[in-house]
Formats: sequence, C-alpha cells, structure tokens
Amino acid sequence: MSANEKLLDVQHVTVEFHIGGLLAGTLLTAVNDVSFSLESDKPEIFTLAGESGSGKTTLSRLLLRDLEPTRGKVLFEGRDVSTIRKRSEFIEFMKQVQPVFQNPFDTFSPLRRVDAYLFDTVKNFGMASNRRDATRIVDDALRKVGLSLDEVRQRYPHELSGGQIQRVSVARALISEPKLVLADEPVSMVDASLRMEIVNLFKKLRDEQGVSVVYITHDLATAYYISDRIGIMLRGYIVELGPVEDVLERPAHPYTQLLKESVPEPAPEKRESWAKHIELGTTEVKEYGRIGCKFAGRCPQVMDICREADPPDVQVGRQTVKCYLYAEHVEKPQAGAQP
Amino acid sequence: MTLLSVQNLHAYYRTEAYGISRTVRAVDGVSFDLFPNEIYGVAGESSCGKTTLIKVISGSIKHPLKAFEGSVNYNFGDYKVDMLQISQSELRRNVRWKRISYVMQGSMSVLNPVRKVIKTFEDIVDTHEHITDKNEFLQRTRTHVNRLGLPTDVLNAYPHQLSGGMRQRVAIALATVFQPALIIADEPTTALDVVVQRGVLHMIKDIQATSNNTVLLVTHDMAVHANVADRVMIMYAGRIAEEAPTESIFNAPLHPYTQHLINSLPVIGEKSTKASLKGSPPNLADPPSGCRFHPRCPYVMDECRTVAPDLISVKERHRVACHLVKEGSQ
Repeated sequence: MSANEKLLDVQHVTVEFHIGGLLAGTLLTAVNDVSFSLESDKPEIFTLAGESGSGKTTLSRLLLRDLEPTRGKVLFEGRDVSTIRKRSEFIEFMKQVQPVFQNPFDTFSPLRRVDAYLFDTVKNFGMASNRRDATRIVDDALRKVGLSLDEVRQRYPHELSGGQIQRVSVARALISEPKLVLADEPVSMVDASLRMEIVNLFKKLRDEQGVSVVYITHDLATAYYISDRIGIMLRGYIVELGPVEDVLERPAHPYTQLLKESVPEPAPEKRESWAKHIELGTTEVKEYGRIGCKFAGRCPQVMDICREADPPDVQVGRQTVKCYLYAEHVEKPQAGAQP
Repeated sequence: MTLLSVQNLHAYYRTEAYGISRTVRAVDGVSFDLFPNEIYGVAGESSCGKTTLIKVISGSIKHPLKAFEGSVNYNFGDYKVDMLQISQSELRRNVRWKRISYVMQGSMSVLNPVRKVIKTFEDIVDTHEHITDKNEFLQRTRTHVNRLGLPTDVLNAYPHQLSGGMRQRVAIALATVFQPALIIADEPTTALDVVVQRGVLHMIKDIQATSNNTVLLVTHDMAVHANVADRVMIMYAGRIAEEAPTESIFNAPLHPYTQHLINSLPVIGEKSTKASLKGSPPNLADPPSGCRFHPRCPYVMDECRTVAPDLISVKERHRVACHLVKEGSQ
C-alpha cells in the first residue's frame, strides 16, 4: 500500500433500480455519479446528510459491498471492492469495514443474550482460539465504549437501556479493529438524554482509536457537532461537499440553504425566520425522474438551464457545489446529452 | 374557561399472570388544564408516559390500562364530557373525530394502502354523518383539502404514491374534516426530514390559527416545541417535571432535567462539547423513591431520595416539581 493511498475512494458511482413491471417499468437512479474519498493517514468523521429517499442508505449498502454499483467503482485501500470474490478476502474486508445500524432493538434478537453476538463476531472472524482470548477481546471492545463484559454478560436486550445497547452495537463493530465504521442513523432511535453519549463516543473513536466514521443522518445539528466534512445528498446526487463549518455556516447550494433554514432552533425568539412558508415536493418519483437539477422544481433561484442538464461540480471556497449559480460561464448543453 | 381539565390522574397498566401481579405506573398524579386556542406541547423521553396520557384523555382506555384515580373532564361549551365515565357508543357518536381527533406518527398505517385517499375520507365521513349526496361530499372534501394547501389530485392517489410528508399532511386533513375542538398530534413529524417537518408543522400552525382550536403536540424534539408550542409540559417518569410558557421553558428552565434537555441540544454554529445524563430512564414498574429524577440529578439532596416534590407554582403559569425551587421564588 503506497503512502498516499486513500482509505476509501468512491469514484463516480451510480446505482439504478428497475421498478415496476418487467416491460413497463421505470428506471430509478438512487445514487447518481457520486464521488468522495477518505484519507488513510487522517481519521475523520464524514457525514452524509439528506432527506429520506435521497440515496443515503443505498450508498451505505454500496460501501458495505451489499450492493454492486451499476457504474463506477468503490475502492477500499486501493482495491475495487466488487472484485472481492473469495470468502477469505471478504472476511478480511469485513474486518476493516464494520456497520452500526439504526435501531439497536432490531439489531439484536430479543430472545438472545447480547454477549452472544459479541462472541459470535470473534468466532466468525477467527480472532481467538480459546474462550479466554475471546473473553479478553470482547471485554476490550466493550471498554472502548465505556462498558465492561460484567455489565452485559448474560443480559437480554430489554434489560439494557437504549444508550447502553447502542454502545454494545458499536462495541461489536469494534471487535475486529476496523479502520472504517459505517453508522446509519445511529442516534435516531436513542432517547434524547442518552443521545449525546453515543455521538460523543464516535468522536472518541476518531481521536483515540484512529477509526474513520461515515456517519449517515438527516439530523444536521448532530452532524455539525461531530463531523469534519459533510456531503449533502439530494435525490441521488451529492449537491454540496466540504468542511462542515463551511457547508453549514455558509451554505452555497440553494438546497443546503433551505435545509439549514429548516432546522428548528431551540430558541423561541428566533421563530420568525423558521415560520416563513416553503414549498414541498409532491411525490418522490416526480423529482427522481426530473431532467437536469433535481431541485429545479423547488429552487427559488431556478434558471432555464437548470431544467435541461445536470449542473456541473463547481469549487466555491472549500466546498464543491453542484449548481449552475456558481458556474463560470454557463454553456448551453448539447441536445440529447441526457436521456 | 378550560377545554380540558385533568386532575390528579393515575393511570396504571396492571397485569396478572399465575397469581403474580405487576403494575406499571405510566401516569402517576398528573394535573393540567388545556385552554381553547393554544398549542400545548408535551415533551419527554420514550417510556415517560406521554402516550399513556394521550390514550386516557382521548378515551382509548383498554385493559391492561386502567385509570385508578383522578378525573378527565372536557368542556366543549354546549357539551360536557367526563372521559372516564362516557360510554363507548357515545364516545364514537359525538366525541371522536367530531370534537377530538388524533394525528398519529406513522401516516402509512392510518391510510388504507389498497384504497384511494378519497375512499378513506368517505369511510370517515360516512361513519359520523351518513353521506346522502355524493357530489356534495366530493365538493366539500375538495374544498377542505385545497384550503389546507394540498392539490386536489392527492384524493385520487393511493397512499404509496405520495411522499412521506404528503401522506402526513393527508392524515392531518383527515383529522380536521369536522373542525374538532382538540387535535392531538402524537410525534407527527418524527419520521420526516427537516424540510418536510417544517412544512407539516406550518400546516398544523395554520389550521390552529384559522380555526382557533387547541392542538396537543407531543414530541421529544425540544427544538420543535421552541418553534411551535405556546406552552410546554416536560414529563419525566410518569409525572410532570415542569410546565411553563415556551419562552420561560427555554430561557429560564428551573428543573435540572429541563435544563439538561435544553443544554444538551446541539446547535449549528457551536461546537462545544455537550454532555449526556448519567444513568438510564427509570423502569416505571419499579420507579425510584422520592423524586424520580434523583438517581440522575446532578444537584441531588437527601430530601430528594425520600420525599417526592410537589408541583408548585413559581410564577404565573409556571409550575415545577423540584426541592430546589420554593414556592413563589425564582
């Protein structure tokens, strides 16, 4: 592995789903020409944010190699993950990339003790040859999340609080000492008073364990709190990408501006700006099928060209923005360039 | 005049199996009043008794839930209801949907997936007042839907064709066909993203402003209460911790739990470390003695471990249950 090799490199990935009947179906592009990368020498928390149906979860399935891209490549440490065929190689890949899911009470079977999952993971990855080693590995992983094996041994999921069980879920992901953790909405099902404990845990993992985290969420306030960089997704595209301070404090794309404005602030005196009326998209299929910029139907600054072809990626300060507003000279696209 | 007066309500889930009985004290001594023309917010974590409270005040009391003590009285002007005494048929004929309606969290489960939206409207209207003139009904429904800012073609769509936000707005339109005096909205925007959440909450606010009815908004998201509610009640472990106008709750919270809830909210533009509370929410089958918040409270005193604090008025319309706060003080 060379020195400047990226930990994760997503190159122009597109995923299309065929929906509807065999003959009369339509093509839905869930992820559209998405590119981003994570450096291997500098652990970071990268957030993918967007509304429901924006392709966040499809993208996370791609990164876990649960789904193959229609076009484009996902490289993990320089290797195209779709070329992984052998079981031994796949286990090696899974050791490096681990998921944490949304609802911890769905992750664990209610009829099984939670520590069984931890020991299973050790066994599946062949990390210990005897029970004593396995116990040590499990206990180490639990200590990283502020628990210990004595606290969870022989416990069923309902005997732990939402915060505790989500920490067990993170501990399970840490057993194989991964370089990348993919967390898909890890706090949305956790109680408000315990939420910050999970969020702070990801920060600690980055700083103390050197683990990079891809944090998928629709909650911009926690995204701002923990992440280093953020990518805002809209209908399959990443419309804005850059350092979280730039993107959320000075959003460039009209959609990001709308998103930021819509986050309710816990300050009753700032009600006025939030109460301004907005236009909502009617159906998801309509927006996905739109030619050109997917936000054109709702954008306050829409131009004719936005409805004709996909906007280019433009560098604005430290952000990459997919919008015609910032394009140097807007050229008329060729007819028939888009299907 | 009060619209709803809840006095000292105790509603428990009591199950008995093989001679072992178990009582979950989901609502334990709650008193509050709702007035006409206001948005009243209820906040609290999961399993703090929010949903049980709604079940009791909307008259959906089914075994094993039982109201053991207290009263729930409605005053709809010309019509008064004691919710704990009313018969099911009376409730169905005169109260539900006509005077009290309910917007639920999962709008997908409210709408029948194999029937068009207009058919769901028809089912509801027909149950309450027999539809004789179909054209008149269609006309009225269209006007109602348009008045709420929804396009007419949603009526001819199946639920799966609509986006999550549109479905939730249809559910709100369904809940307001009869102009009820009280709309109970239980986590109406929890599954939605921020832009859609804003649209749905605007709609609820607009309806309230034009028909001057009362909205009981239940959500765990404090930022939503800050922007929508007129008054907010904070529940903890089946009891009221604090109740005050929204400005007071956010600018001068008195209960340590409220203070934590507000201080731990992440805000865009501020990166300071936010702490989380130690411990976990209490088990309502075996709640802690004294003040139920004492095992997690940073200011716990000896008194808190044994004596449960009363809910006292500190200012006009500001009530709090904490030993740190004395009557009439700030």
